[in-house]
Amino acid sequence: MATSSERSPPPFPDSEDQDVLDTEDVAGRDSDEDDGGDLFMGSSNPTLAEVETLLEPARQPSDLLMNPPSDLMSDPLIEPISSQTENKPASEAVNEPSDDFVDLTNNISATTESAVAEIPLDEPSDDFVDILGSETEAQREEVVVTDVTVEAAADKSEVTSGVTDSPGDGKIRSDAEEEAQETSAAPIIDLGADLPASNTQQLPVSDKIADPLVDLLGDPSPAPAADAKKPSGATIDLFEDEGSDLFGEPRQTKSAKQQQKSLFGEADEDLFGEPLGAVSKKPVSKEQKEKSVTTKAAAAVPAGGPLLDSSPAEPADIFTEEAVTTTPSVSNTSTVNSKTNGVHSEEEADIFSEATVELSLDSPRTERKNDVTAKPSASAPTSLSAAASQAKPQSAALEELEEEEEAELDDKFEVLVSVKDPEKIGDGMNAYMAYKVSTQTTLPMFRNKTFTVRRRFSDFLGLYEKLSEKHGPNGFIVPPPPEKSILGMTKVKVGKEDSSSADFVERRRGALERYLQRVVNHPSLIQDPDVREFLEREDLPRAVSTQALSGAGFLKMINKATDAVSKMTIKMNESDVWFEEKLQEVESADQQFRKLHALVESLVIHRKELSLNTASFAKSTAMLGSAEDNTALSRALSQLAEVEDKMEQLHQDQAANDTFSFAELIADYIRLLGAVRGSFDHRMKVWQRWQDAQAMLQKKRETEAKLLWANKPDKLQLAKEEIAEWEAKVTQYERDFERVSATVRKEVVRFEKEKTKNFKRQIIKYLESLLQSQQQLIKYWEAFLPEAKAIA
Amino acid sequence: MTSIDESNKDKLRSVSVDLNNDASLLIDIPDALCERDKVKFTVHTKTTLSSFQKPEFSVPRQHEDFIWLHDTLVETEDYAGLIIPPAPPKPDFEGPREKMHKLGEGEATMTKEEYTKMKQELEAEYLAVFKKTVQVHEVFLQRLSSHPILSKDRNFQIFLEYDQDLSVRRKNAKEMFGGFFKNMVKSADEVLISGIKEVDDFFEQEKTFLLDYYSKIKDSTAKAEKMTRSHKNIADDYIHISATLNSLSADDSTGNKKNLEKLSDLFEKLRKVEGRVASDQELKLTELLRYYMRDIQAAKDLLYRRARALADYENSNKALDKARLKSKDIPQAEEHQQHCLKKFDKLSESGKKELTSFKGRRVVAFRKNLIEMAELEIKHAKNNVTLLQGCIELLKTN
Repeated sequence: MATSSERSPPPFPDSEDQDVLDTEDVAGRDSDEDDGGDLFMGSSNPTLAEVETLLEPARQPSDLLMNPPSDLMSDPLIEPISSQTENKPASEAVNEPSDDFVDLTNNISATTESAVAEIPLDEPSDDFVDILGSETEAQREEVVVTDVTVEAAADKSEVTSGVTDSPGDGKIRSDAEEEAQETSAAPIIDLGADLPASNTQQLPVSDKIADPLVDLLGDPSPAPAADAKKPSGATIDLFEDEGSDLFGEPRQTKSAKQQQKSLFGEADEDLFGEPLGAVSKKPVSKEQKEKSVTTKAAAAVPAGGPLLDSSPAEPADIFTEEAVTTTPSVSNTSTVNSKTNGVHSEEEADIFSEATVELSLDSPRTERKNDVTAKPSASAPTSLSAAASQAKPQSAALEELEEEEEAELDDKFEVLVSVKDPEKIGDGMNAYMAYKVSTQTTLPMFRNKTFTVRRRFSDFLGLYEKLSEKHGPNGFIVPPPPEKSILGMTKVKVGKEDSSSADFVERRRGALERYLQRVVNHPSLIQDPDVREFLEREDLPRAVSTQALSGAGFLKMINKATDAVSKMTIKMNESDVWFEEKLQEVESADQQFRKLHALVESLVIHRKELSLNTASFAKSTAMLGSAEDNTALSRALSQLAEVEDKMEQLHQDQAANDTFSFAELIADYIRLLGAVRGSFDHRMKVWQRWQDAQAMLQKKRETEAKLLWANKPDKLQLAKEEIAEWEAKVTQYERDFERVSATVRKEVVRFEKEKTKNFKRQIIKYLESLLQSQQQLIKYWEAFLPEAKAIA
Repeated sequence: MTSIDESNKDKLRSVSVDLNNDASLLIDIPDALCERDKVKFTVHTKTTLSSFQKPEFSVPRQHEDFIWLHDTLVETEDYAGLIIPPAPPKPDFEGPREKMHKLGEGEATMTKEEYTKMKQELEAEYLAVFKKTVQVHEVFLQRLSSHPILSKDRNFQIFLEYDQDLSVRRKNAKEMFGGFFKNMVKSADEVLISGIKEVDDFFEQEKTFLLDYYSKIKDSTAKAEKMTRSHKNIADDYIHISATLNSLSADDSTGNKKNLEKLSDLFEKLRKVEGRVASDQELKLTELLRYYMRDIQAAKDLLYRRARALADYENSNKALDKARLKSKDIPQAEEHQQHCLKKFDKLSESGKKELTSFKGRRVVAFRKNLIEMAELEIKHAKNNVTLLQGCIELLKTN
């Protein structure tokens, strides 16, 4: 443990100190520029260059630390407790004045493994304390937060531009100011000390989840932001991957945090004697988030106060949900962040709350932000701005999101959808199946608590089309409905009342129900008016584009074909390891799931075969029994025939269970994985657009240079305008890319979490069906046994 | 797998046939060697009978030797009134061999682990077939040894004692054809003599019963075989599912990994149980039905021989009438008629005894097998239940 930690940290200070400093300088510059006027533009343009410089440093750490990270990861697994105990001293050290930064860094490095998040928290807070010189150490973190928030708030108030931009800017400014404060108050060395900590965090990040890095790097935002993000990413990865293992201990801490006070009395006292503060903060932040969301962040400064007081219950819920994925450290940082966010602006708060609530991923981000804010200058500008833009559309949903998530925890849904009573309407080839869609909800946005509508299959498809058109490009994973099946439907249409068509209808009904439930469970999709309309409105305009052979369908096919081509032609040099790995994972999972599906299908076939064979054996045994001239044996044989008859039914039911509980579950995931890949594709497309725009901008710049050289001032003006236009576009597209990346990531994490939960639930259901059939089997044979014994 | 088979071996032996263990002549096949298509059995005998030179001895025998022994017994006039134990079926390793071949072809589509498991499964199957082969041969000899008349047969004793290779000539093509022809004649003859009016109600009933029973049990055997095979298929499916789940879990980095792992484990265990269900059904049910199908055939053969004797007797009666009419060769005809009558009566008498004892044997064997099968089914199902419950618990607490 200790060795590994020591191994990993040393490189950082040397290599990264400078980088960090540079980045800070950069940030400082940025802030200056921002102050100048073009907050937005300023940040975007200069940063590009800076980003490049940043890229190198970022890469370096990752290379250097390729090995250490793994160690780091593995160690925590083994001894989470010890690491935590180590944390305490670290935090203590942190508490002490920041002069001992060397020690601090060592401690930090040691602790980073386990409590990555904690370190940043404590340190930054300490620094702040020093810097600000205000308040007592006891309150340090919170104090820091509050201070920061106050400042940020001030900044915000200054900035009164566009809603979306303003939060980001505000942050930037606040960061800049903070920086200034820091630089002035604390020596650069302190900063360096902080940075190493962040670096150590980054290392793991680079290893496992380089995506944030990529994103960050790609971002025009100040370098510090990028740094901040990196650590967060790392923490996230750490937690996601081995979260459960690593945090066998930590979880408790989480729970402790969640239930903070009540739990504290319990086991966590020792471990978290120090962390307590952090814990309390987390909840606080949550609260703050909630508050901010609800109260529109009116009282940013007050929030600081509430933090301490209000930590109790609400945050607990949020975290309980996330407990699995997020580590304690994460939660700590996230809380801090959230606080700051709340301070900054409403939207930010939303973003963060969303992040923390929805995804462990996001919460880490907030962490980063926290780090950033807490530490040097870097507020999380890029992430914030991206988040801010996201937040607008989603801000409303956030609240529901939280609620829903909490509800889901208990497996209770805010909206419960059932699809029932498939009914064939019409005759011949114009016939179609209509389903009763019943909704039960407690959400206020619906007029009634329960309502039922009739929908035909193409309506379901139409809903999907609308949703995927609207939300797909933004990186959302829109749950896909079951495919159109011409063969299956034709059978139904022709009116064959055989078991296979009944089977088909039931399969489809189940799939539609699960599809719809997935849609309404999605925090953003439930907000979509089309979804509400689908659930509520009596008569829905007929969906036209879903016809497989219609004109629209044809267009869709062409679109798909071109998409496929462009997919092949776009060579995205994926700089984000997280996405790269995830994509690979998704693809291999897709392949395996397909294989599994085929296998389960063959299991079903064999089971049906067995059922058939058992039936014919039962018949044959009955005949044999009737032919037998020994009465007792004859009786026993006909009993055996009966047992086998029941066995046949069992096998048949089991085959149905195999189909509905297992094969369909897998089929669902094959479809969903397709949707996940789709969201990756969308991200790639956005990236491509950004790249194209950049190439264009480059071209324009070249023409400008040529014009300049040719001394043609009249055209020069035009060229300049064009450049400005394209610069704006590049910024826009890049931000889009950021946003989509963030969304995709969040969605993927959400998807995975849902998958784990859902998969488990379904599998348990399936196993229980198996169990039941086995128990039945025992009963049958046990009833038969005396008969066999009675043969004389 | 091996150990199971061992234990099953004892059961099978005692199950299919109810053998009164006469300590005076104990026969078993402790060892067998498989060379290509030939299986060499080591037949071990322990006896207190003075007709043997030594109290204990072992001889190497091949499947063809068993067939020879069976055929000579069938052809012995004196045994016409006995149910000659059915000859053991020819060792057939084609099934597992073919599967192995198929498996080799499909190797590329499977993971290494999956392939190994499938291979093991096939090897186990091969071994089971081999053991079953040994057992049916053993059972044949044991039935002979436990029969009061057949155990004294000279050829049987030679078969047991002669320590050189019996070098039974393989049937050449002509003989094979001759055998085939003989069967044809026999079938035709059966049809012919079926027109003869039965004089004894017992045999009349027995005949209709056996004919009916034979067709039913033949059907049941085929169905049971199919059913067992389906079970086996399911067990094989479990293997693949388990392997795929395993590779899925290997690629998974989310919380689902553990679920998948557990599920994979479960399917691996389930397939073992399912495989046992299949093999136990095979041993307890299919094998029983198969054996009695052959045994009933043997009983039917006895009925045929008796009917033939009856026909002969009636023919001799006719011949005697003719002779008397022509007053020619009367004493010869009389003698022949007497001979036929004697033979027929003897056949009828011993046939009645044999058939009655066959009935008792069958009932006992069915009882034993059915009880054991039900018990095994319960046992396996309980195993499954424990496995499933354990896994559900694990998943729920996780």
